[in-house]
Amino acid sequence: MNGAQDLGGQMGFGPIELEENEPNFHAKWEERAFALTLAMGATGTWNIDTSRFARESLPPPVYLSSSYYKIWTLGLEKLLVDHELVSEEELRAGQSLAPAKPLNRVVKADEVAGILAKGGPADRPQQQPARFKVGDRIRTKRMNPEHHTRLPRYARDAPGTIEAVHGVHVFPDTNSRKLGEQPTWLYGVVFKGTDIWGDDSDPDLTLRLDLWEPYLDLA
Amino acid sequence: MSHDHDHEHSELSDVELRVRALETLLTEKGYVDPPALDELIETYETKVGPKNGAMVVAKAWTDPEYHARLMSDATAAIAELGFVGRQGEHMVAVENIPGIHNMVVCTLCSCYPWTVLGLPPVWYKSAPYRSRAVRDPRGVLAEFGVTLPSGTDIKVWDSTAEVRYLVVPQRPSGTEGWDESELAALVTRDSMIGTGLALDPSERESAA
Repeated sequence: MNGAQDLGGQMGFGPIELEENEPNFHAKWEERAFALTLAMGATGTWNIDTSRFARESLPPPVYLSSSYYKIWTLGLEKLLVDHELVSEEELRAGQSLAPAKPLNRVVKADEVAGILAKGGPADRPQQQPARFKVGDRIRTKRMNPEHHTRLPRYARDAPGTIEAVHGVHVFPDTNSRKLGEQPTWLYGVVFKGTDIWGDDSDPDLTLRLDLWEPYLDLA
Repeated sequence: MSHDHDHEHSELSDVELRVRALETLLTEKGYVDPPALDELIETYETKVGPKNGAMVVAKAWTDPEYHARLMSDATAAIAELGFVGRQGEHMVAVENIPGIHNMVVCTLCSCYPWTVLGLPPVWYKSAPYRSRAVRDPRGVLAEFGVTLPSGTDIKVWDSTAEVRYLVVPQRPSGTEGWDESELAALVTRDSMIGTGLALDPSERESAA
């Protein structure tokens, strides 16, 4: 999706604001927003690609003017409503007005360490041979899907070279839409800065992206 | 500046109420368990952070066999030190050497190797860094006070999948014979993202 999240190469955001000895959280509400997002993620009601899409489909003015954990909060509210776990009315009221829906699991404190240690690996068994090998010249697709995708705009319709083969990974474009994981080969692809940005690119720059097979064609 | 501050302040109050209402609602519904929320926060506040990554780098600097394992299968090599799990499922280590500098960004969201670096700083998640790191990395590095020798190739890794990158910075000169824990103190978070370099021994002494 060409949302506000797709920031690579956009101009005009000004200098990077650095903070000495920055804390993980700048306020208590940020801690709670972080933990609520992780705890609800662990219920297994949606996947990481669905939750990324919920955040990036916020209207650009909202996305760009919200702090990081506010974006998480708005994304979580959207997921909860979309999955009919809570209603808009309940969000406004800040209290439950209807019976709870059953969940796959509710995380308890003594399960947290185990859940975090287990993580959520995205690799899957290989079903078919890889289409590309290291050294192949490829071209990324020209595409502008309205759904979630992990091919950033700046790297579309661009020539690159396969540098690594990561194996078969869950495909975000379908996984985010409840069309299944549809695992496909994932490659490390290297691009010359000048092929992406043109003649005024830093000549010593290369860019390295991890891209799924459906994003690529042989050059 | 004061205008920005006021804006931020009013936003915080609004979102603070919103998050509080959300936690109340989700707790009432039985969807979340508040002690589990506390445990999640506690974990990232006290157990997971850039000290983990610094131990990995220091070991790679001192142990050639570990270095080889880290470069060929970083997930397994990092797991040897006990750092496993969420946002560290598929790790790749990339090494800075004379003539090549690596730098990591996530232009699409905030992908970051939690198991070795903890939670990302605000700047890493911000629009200025995410927009410019891929187009003007030298300008970004200058803002971090880093000037690379001329002719240095810059390779920027955009974390577009679930693979997470750890930059192994160059070992500072003058550290011959140092042990792992002394070396780990020179490895900064930024040096493992590639927006910084490992500290020089003199910087370490003046910081201490």
